[in-house]
Amino acid sequence: MDAFIVITLIKLAVIAFVLLTAVAYLQWVERKVIAHIQVRPGPYRVGPHGLLQPLADVIKLITKEDMMPPYVNKPLYLFAPFLAVAMALLSIAVIPFGPQIEVAGYHTLMQLTDLNIGVLFILAASSMGVYGVALAGWSSNNKYALLGGLRSSAQMISYELPMALAIASPLLLSNTLSLRELVVGQAGSILHWNILRMPFPQIFSFIIFVIAAFAETNRIPFDLPEAENELVAGFHTEYSSMKFASFFMAEYLNMVTVSCMATLLFLGGWEAPWPAAYGSSLVPSLIFLIAGLTALYHSANPPRRKDRYTFGGFAVIFLVIAAVFVAPMVQSWLLPLFWFLAKVGFILFAFMWIRGTLPRFRYDQLMGFTWKFLFPIAMLNLLVTSLMVAWLG
Amino acid sequence: MDVILFLIFAIIAVVAAINVVVQTHPISSAVSLIGVMGSLAILYLLLGAEFIAAAQVIVYAGAVMVLFIFVIMLLNAGAESKRGRSYMVQVLGVPLLIALLGLLAFFVERLFPRTVSVHFGGFQGGTARAIGQALFTTYLLPFEVTSLLILIAILGAIVLARKEMD
Repeated sequence: MDAFIVITLIKLAVIAFVLLTAVAYLQWVERKVIAHIQVRPGPYRVGPHGLLQPLADVIKLITKEDMMPPYVNKPLYLFAPFLAVAMALLSIAVIPFGPQIEVAGYHTLMQLTDLNIGVLFILAASSMGVYGVALAGWSSNNKYALLGGLRSSAQMISYELPMALAIASPLLLSNTLSLRELVVGQAGSILHWNILRMPFPQIFSFIIFVIAAFAETNRIPFDLPEAENELVAGFHTEYSSMKFASFFMAEYLNMVTVSCMATLLFLGGWEAPWPAAYGSSLVPSLIFLIAGLTALYHSANPPRRKDRYTFGGFAVIFLVIAAVFVAPMVQSWLLPLFWFLAKVGFILFAFMWIRGTLPRFRYDQLMGFTWKFLFPIAMLNLLVTSLMVAWLG
Repeated sequence: MDVILFLIFAIIAVVAAINVVVQTHPISSAVSLIGVMGSLAILYLLLGAEFIAAAQVIVYAGAVMVLFIFVIMLLNAGAESKRGRSYMVQVLGVPLLIALLGLLAFFVERLFPRTVSVHFGGFQGGTARAIGQALFTTYLLPFEVTSLLILIAILGAIVLARKEMD
C-alpha cells in the first residue's frame, strides 16, 4: 500500500512536470513551425534558436500586472480560468503512455490510473471544460467576450456529437472502454490498428474525430470564439497575466489530450507499426542518428558563426539519444514511449500545419458543416461499422 | 473513507441545491445546478455505478446544463429582484417547512424500518457491459419505448420550430 502511494506520487510529479514543460515548449514549436511555413525564422533571440523563449514568456506572464475590471461578476470571473485548466489537466490522468514496466522490483503501469471507463472519463472532462470558456465570456461583462463565449458553447455542443459518434465506432471493434485494453487489442502491426482494422477500417471515423477535435479545442480553422478580427480576443478579452495564461495552457493541454485520444483510439497507442522482429526497434536510433549527422554537417559548415557550437551541441545530444535507444535494458519502456510520442507529436504537428494553411470558417459555414455533413456521415459510419461487426466480427 | 467521501459530496450536493433556489441570478443558479449534478455523479461512483456516473456528467452536467447556460447567456437574463415577502410567508414559512421535513422523515422511517439499504462496494453491476446487457435483455421494451418517446419529442421540437419560421 505504501509503495503504491509513493510510486503514484512519483508518477504524478513526473507527469505534471513533463506535461507542463511540454505545453510551454509546444508553443515554441508552434511559433517555429508557423514561422517556417511563412518563410521567416520565428523566435531567435532568447537562447540558441529561441529555445529559452518559453521560459521568458512564463516569467513575463507571471510578473505582469493582474488587472481585474470593476464590472465583472467576480466569483465566476475568477473561477472560469481555474475550471478550464483543471478540466484540461484531469484528462491526462487516465491516458496510458506505455505498457506495464518494472522499476526496482515494483510493477507499475505507465499511466496514472487505468479506469474501465477511461474513454467516458475523458469525454466527461472535456464536456466540463466548456464551462471554463462559456463562463469566462459571460462573467467578463463585455459584449465581445459574451459573443465569444456563446459561439464557443454552441460550437462545442455541435461538434461533440460527431466526435462521440466517431469515438463509438472504434470502440465497437475493440469492445472495451478502458484505454489500456484498447491499445492491447491493437497490438501486432499497422494492420491491427483500428484505423485499418477489419472488418471495417475506421479511416472515416479517424478523419471525423480529427475535424471535431479541431473544433473542440477552438483551433484554426474553427477558432471562432477568439476570432480577433471580429471579437477583439473573444472570451478572454478581459483576462490578463496568469489568468490569460491559464486559458492558453488549457487550449494546449486540450490539444495534447485529443492527440493522445486519436493515437490511442485509432493509431495503436504505443505499439510499433511493424513487429520488432522485422527491425522496428531500430527505427528510433536511425532517426536520431540521421538527425545527429545532419546537425554535425551543419556544424561543420555553419551559416552563422555561433551555429558552429549550437548545431554541434544538438548533434552530440541526438547521437547520445540514438545510442541510448540501442541499449537493451531501457528498450522495454523507451520504445513504446517513443512510438506513443511520435504519433502524438505527428498529430500535434498537423494541428500547427493546418493553422499555417487554412483560413477561418464563417460562422454559418461552421454550423452547417457539422449538422448537415459531419453528423450524418458519422452516423452512417457508425451504422456501417456496427453492421459489419455484427456480420463478420 | 467511503463514508467520509459520501458525507463531503452529499453536503456539497445539498448546499448547491439550496443555492440553486437562493441565488437571484439565473447563471449562478445554473452553475449551482452543475455542482449538484457533479456531486451526484460522485455519489453514483461511490455506490459502484461507474457508467451511470460518467453518463451523469456527460449528459446532465455536460450537455443539458451547457444548453441551459447557453440560453441564459443568449437571452441575457438579468438578476431577479427580491420582492417583499407577504406576511403569511414570513410567519408560516419556517414552521411549515419543518413540518414537511418531519413528515417525510416519519414516512421514510415507517416504510424502510432499520434495514441496511446501502453499503459501499456491495454493488457490482455498474459496468458498461452489465448495463448494456440489462438494457437489451431485461429492460428491452422500456428502453425501446423511451427511445421512441425521445424521437417523438425531437420531431415535435422540429415541427414547432418550423411553424415559427414560416
